[in-house]
Amino acid sequence: MTVMDPRDVFHQEARELLDQLEEALLDLGNASDDRDLVDCAFRALHTIKGSGSMFGFDEVAGFVHEFETAFDRVRKGSVAISPPLVQVALAAKDHIARLIAEPGRHVADGEAILKNLRAIVSNDEGSDSGDTFPLAGGRVAAADPSPVQTPVQTWRVKFRLAENALVLGANPLLLLDELRELGPCEVRVKTDAVPPLESTDPEVCYLDWEVVVTTNRDRQAIDDVFIFIADGMELSIETVAADAADAADAPAADKAATAKVVEIDKPRDSAGAGAKGGTSVRVAAERLDELMDRVGELVIAQARLSQLAVASDDANLKSVAEEMERLASGLRDTTMGIRMVPIGSLFGRFRRLVHDLSRDLDKEVDFVTAGEETELDKTVIERLADPLVHLIRNSIDHGLEVPSRRIAAGKAARGQVRLSAVHTGSEVAISIVDDGAGLNADRIRAKAEEAGLIAPDAKVADHDLFQMVFHPGFSTAKEITALSGRGVGMDVVKRTIEGLRGRIDLGSRPGGGTTVTLRLPLTLAIIEGMLVRVGRGRYSIPLSAVEECVELPRDAEAANSGRNFLNIRGHLVPFLRLRELFKTRAAIEPHQKVVIVSAGESRVGLVVDQVIGNSQTVIKSLSKLHADVETFSGATILGDGTVALILDVAHLVNFGQEFENRLRDERIGRAA
Amino acid sequence: MSKSVLVVDDSASIRQMVTLTLSGAGYATLEAVDGEDGYAKATANPIRAVVTDLNMPRMNGIEFIRKFRAHPSSTGVPIIFLTTESDENMKRQAKEAGATAWMVKPFKQDQLLAVIKKVAGP
Repeated sequence: MTVMDPRDVFHQEARELLDQLEEALLDLGNASDDRDLVDCAFRALHTIKGSGSMFGFDEVAGFVHEFETAFDRVRKGSVAISPPLVQVALAAKDHIARLIAEPGRHVADGEAILKNLRAIVSNDEGSDSGDTFPLAGGRVAAADPSPVQTPVQTWRVKFRLAENALVLGANPLLLLDELRELGPCEVRVKTDAVPPLESTDPEVCYLDWEVVVTTNRDRQAIDDVFIFIADGMELSIETVAADAADAADAPAADKAATAKVVEIDKPRDSAGAGAKGGTSVRVAAERLDELMDRVGELVIAQARLSQLAVASDDANLKSVAEEMERLASGLRDTTMGIRMVPIGSLFGRFRRLVHDLSRDLDKEVDFVTAGEETELDKTVIERLADPLVHLIRNSIDHGLEVPSRRIAAGKAARGQVRLSAVHTGSEVAISIVDDGAGLNADRIRAKAEEAGLIAPDAKVADHDLFQMVFHPGFSTAKEITALSGRGVGMDVVKRTIEGLRGRIDLGSRPGGGTTVTLRLPLTLAIIEGMLVRVGRGRYSIPLSAVEECVELPRDAEAANSGRNFLNIRGHLVPFLRLRELFKTRAAIEPHQKVVIVSAGESRVGLVVDQVIGNSQTVIKSLSKLHADVETFSGATILGDGTVALILDVAHLVNFGQEFENRLRDERIGRAA
Repeated sequence: MSKSVLVVDDSASIRQMVTLTLSGAGYATLEAVDGEDGYAKATANPIRAVVTDLNMPRMNGIEFIRKFRAHPSSTGVPIIFLTTESDENMKRQAKEAGATAWMVKPFKQDQLLAVIKKVAGP
């Protein structure tokens, strides 16, 4: 194991501290005058300053020091926390982050921030910053071991330690050693004060020392020897030799102010630093991917073994195969668990976004989060950041109304945006809910007609209409304020989510707000699949999408392309015959099954020849040649070594709905 | 088992810098992340010296020093505290609590070693 470079540790630590600082500042913006929060913000600042100066980030330390000094009145409670104060503090936090990321640049920006801060904190104390932070550069010179060379002198040093000095860890022998380093010494000890043995307190020092030292160092060097124990001790230092006048002139140095330290030339072997035990290990993400890959291969091999065992009569083989299955699935779960990260780390980032947006847009926003502890694959979380930024921005920018309009509509002046995550089976549902004006269906319809996405007279349900906003080209329309955004458009959001094998749903009530729900698989690598057979081909359907399996009624079977609807407990569900879709030539089998799958609000039945059962599906992506194939999301290798394609349920559901619409239109056409 | 120097600091980078410096010079070290952790470790292990930050969450350095000094195992153990600026008030409080020595941040590794050597011996 290699020890991380302390500078890297600092970078990481600074990031965490800055997050902590931002968190505290934002909380302060909401509930001002919480002393704990002020202290928390201060502590984070202080630690950044301390560590920053240690690792050469002098600009950071200098800036934070100035900032702290100005902010001190807030800490002492003499200045109340106000929105402008939080604002400038946040700007300072960003500035610190920039100073750490790109040392040597941006330094000038700091002055403006400090000026702002000082203006807010006090009206008359504008230019008070005489107390500058001692930077490493300056101190090195001060403590550098180019000791002041003075003519050789002899000093008489008398000292007696404070009574409790020994208890507090002072060691007179070390003091004597240090004096000896200054030059030749003559040491005399006075034992007069030592009491009889029975009344001796072993923790008290009863001795007096008198040391005559001859050195070419100045008085300061001798003072420094006693710097740490000077309190409560008796100490006298005087010259023995002729020029006693010099001694009187010797500056009574301000020894208490800084810990001046005697530099010692000692060869050190800093490479010998041992590895430190820790509670966590940092591992490169690629290595985790590699591990996941291997586990995937293992799961495939294990499936083959299980299949062999089922076909064999060997009881031993069966038991080994079962054991292997158990171990492999445990290993799979553990490996997937390693990649899981609580989504709260992502949510935290949005607080600042909301804060800034609400300020820029003059809207009052309560940002509520829930389910921070919900865990998701690390890669999924990373790729979710941009889409979520876009969705939250939309909610605040276009969803929430300005306070005056909200009050006019009979709502509270403060809008709410709620971001939550919850586990549902093998998926995580993330929803962004606002209580704003909702989507404007008329406007979307007008835009969709203009873009030629729907016919002017077509009847389209609101739900389908809302889907239009995901259409590429739709979001680029500038005047549709309801959905345009900066950066990525809704089509990109949708593509990203689908790239993660997730789905996006949009719901809205006029005047009541908009709900966007993202459903994402827990992991990208292995899924539980339902294996089905169509003709001679085998296909895997993600189990999370499967609702139920039913038998295809005989009348529906006979009617080849007439009514493609099933009545499932009173609900009409369209179905697709996969044999037709895949143009399978094999003979139709007598008992066909329908697998009902769902994607968001819609359901569709997939007619298959046989339901084989559950299988661990290790997802392998299709080659670039097949990038345009939409029906399949990937492929997997089965226990017997053959390949099964994985059905893309979301696409099939859409396809089924469209297919149904087309059939209906044709029928209407025929009737006319 | 040799006695360790206990390094108490909530900043991982400072903690690592201090332990690397000390272990490089042959001192055994122990780490603690705040006063509470520090107190638990200081009273459970043979300690040669303590290097502690003052500004820490949960239990700050001054409280830690006071509490540790009230425990019999602190007898003769030098406590060095780290302070960011020369804040006389903090320094006075820490000394009253029973600290032996102090260092002002930023310090260089050599300075740290010199102070440790001064109070705890080589």
